[in-house]
Amino acid sequence: MQPCEVSTGREATDDNVEAAAVLVPDADGRQLDGESAEWISALMDSGLVRDQALARLHELLLRIARSELGRRGGQHPITGPELDDLAHQAAADALLAITGKLSGFRGESRFTTWAYKFVIFEVSTKLGRHFWQKPTVALDAEEWDRLPDRFGMDPADHSQWKGLVDALHRAVDEHLSVRQRQVFVAIVLQGVPLDALVIQLESNRNAIYKTLFDARRKLRAALAANDYLGSSAQPGATAPTVVETRRRT
Amino acid sequence: MTDWSAIDRFLATDPRDVGCEQALEILHVYVDLVLDDSPGSAAGRYPGVAAHLAACGPCDEDFQGLLRATEATS
Repeated sequence: MQPCEVSTGREATDDNVEAAAVLVPDADGRQLDGESAEWISALMDSGLVRDQALARLHELLLRIARSELGRRGGQHPITGPELDDLAHQAAADALLAITGKLSGFRGESRFTTWAYKFVIFEVSTKLGRHFWQKPTVALDAEEWDRLPDRFGMDPADHSQWKGLVDALHRAVDEHLSVRQRQVFVAIVLQGVPLDALVIQLESNRNAIYKTLFDARRKLRAALAANDYLGSSAQPGATAPTVVETRRRT
Repeated sequence: MTDWSAIDRFLATDPRDVGCEQALEILHVYVDLVLDDSPGSAAGRYPGVAAHLAACGPCDEDFQGLLRATEATS
């Protein structure tokens, strides 16, 4: 197959299904499936071959960026030309990242899956940055009164959950570090999306998540010690995601 | 009786959780496993990633997006 014919990389034709089943060592000794090997070969080529592969990859990335922004439509208010501009930015930045890290592709997945990851990440980052253009949360209020609603507590049971909320408030004040409190309040009480908080605090997703992870552990221990919660956590399974992706309207 | 299980689950932490950095580092591998192998094998091979995706909304959103993108171009 000529590089210009490299399309999605995963059409289920007889030829490429067969090719994909055979691992081919590339110039760097990586064991790649046939489709991935073709992508790598074309992108590491020069001149027209590389240009055509780049154009085709950009086309795929742009399509995915548009689709992903549409899929996340309930989480952001962006529409029209601004949305399409964001898709173009995400595709262009992803292409730049991919070409810069091409030697880092080790063939552990299909090339296209690896490449698509970059544009998905770009969409997340750009939505996080965009959040601060028109923030929809009150950043000066801790809004402890909204906590029961966030956790689906019945307002009719106010007298029962008020004790737990008060205890959680005390635990936040007494057991969390300044940074942990800042992150907890922003994400849990104010509803700031984690990727937006990353931008605001000039941090990264892993660091913010780890800070919140440690805060959760401390708070649970404090509440369990005071008999508000059972002593044995039951992680995983049906637990809701800790940091929900919130609708921004 | 008020159901406090939502707060309980929110505060519960899974020691297998590998965090965002490690989960995202191999997300493409995880997605290909999900698409290629029998259900549950990706989580079986990478329980720390599965635990993280169950707890982290943004990373799960990336996972769902990558899964859909890869499926759509298959």
